[in-house]
Amino acid sequence: MSAFESLETGAVVAERELTLTRDRLVRYAGASGDFNPIHYRDDVAADVGLPGVLAHGMLTMGVAGSVATDWLAETFGGAASVRDFQSRFTRPVPVGAEVGAVLAVTATVGAIDAEARTARIDLKVVFDGATVLGKAQLVAAFA
Amino acid sequence: MVNAEIQGRVYPPTAPYLVGREKVREFARAVLSASPIHLDPAAARDAGYSDVVAPPTFVVVVQESTLAQLLADEDAGVDFSRVVHGDQRFSYSRPIVAGDELTATLTIAAVKQLGGHSMVTASSDIVDAAGAHVVTAISTLVVRGEEAA
Repeated sequence: MSAFESLETGAVVAERELTLTRDRLVRYAGASGDFNPIHYRDDVAADVGLPGVLAHGMLTMGVAGSVATDWLAETFGGAASVRDFQSRFTRPVPVGAEVGAVLAVTATVGAIDAEARTARIDLKVVFDGATVLGKAQLVAAFA
Repeated sequence: MVNAEIQGRVYPPTAPYLVGREKVREFARAVLSASPIHLDPAAARDAGYSDVVAPPTFVVVVQESTLAQLLADEDAGVDFSRVVHGDQRFSYSRPIVAGDELTATLTIAAVKQLGGHSMVTASSDIVDAAGAHVVTAISTLVVRGEEAA
């Protein structure tokens, strides 16, 4: 297990490319309880003027969070825990029935507070050449 | 248009939500997490937790019942079909683990009108069975105006 002292501001700590599919959206709907039909019905999405069925914003935030927390658990075990996690939803992620949506997630150490023993992990999520989350930041506290 | 007078309104606490181990696992898989602390009770115990740990965004499962209170409040005037999720924040005192019994209390922190849209800041304070704070979930909901839609 690594120590808090090993963290360096600016270091890229995890990168992952993942594909959201309609199947994934339905699973997330069931897991989260968010059954808004714009996340699984093309006709409803079209009726309300959307470019297509969209991924739940919270699914995008959730998978980005997993990239950070999987790294934290693997690297620090029980010594690291999430203190704060926030994001703005700045751009929709349409999920095509056949092609899905490919997201590229990058986790970077954004800031370290040595006194409080916390680190801010900045999450960048790119879809179709543009970032889809704004100010996606997870603060972890270290024992 | 959302009723600006709901700013400051505090809704009754929700019925206690018992966090189940299989629900935590289901949620972890849904957000594509492979970490054993979310899936394997033995691994979670090795890391110092009493049972599997919920991923940080799991709170939405508990928060959902508070947003349902807001949508059901006719006086608030929030039309669900016009709601867009603007931003989200979770501030934790401690992680959620399976076996926790959680109760949420919704406060409408702010209502702002902006260019025909309404912005509602909904803050849910979530406490455990002992009444100790676990996490606060803050959502900004953008309710699109009729003309701007």
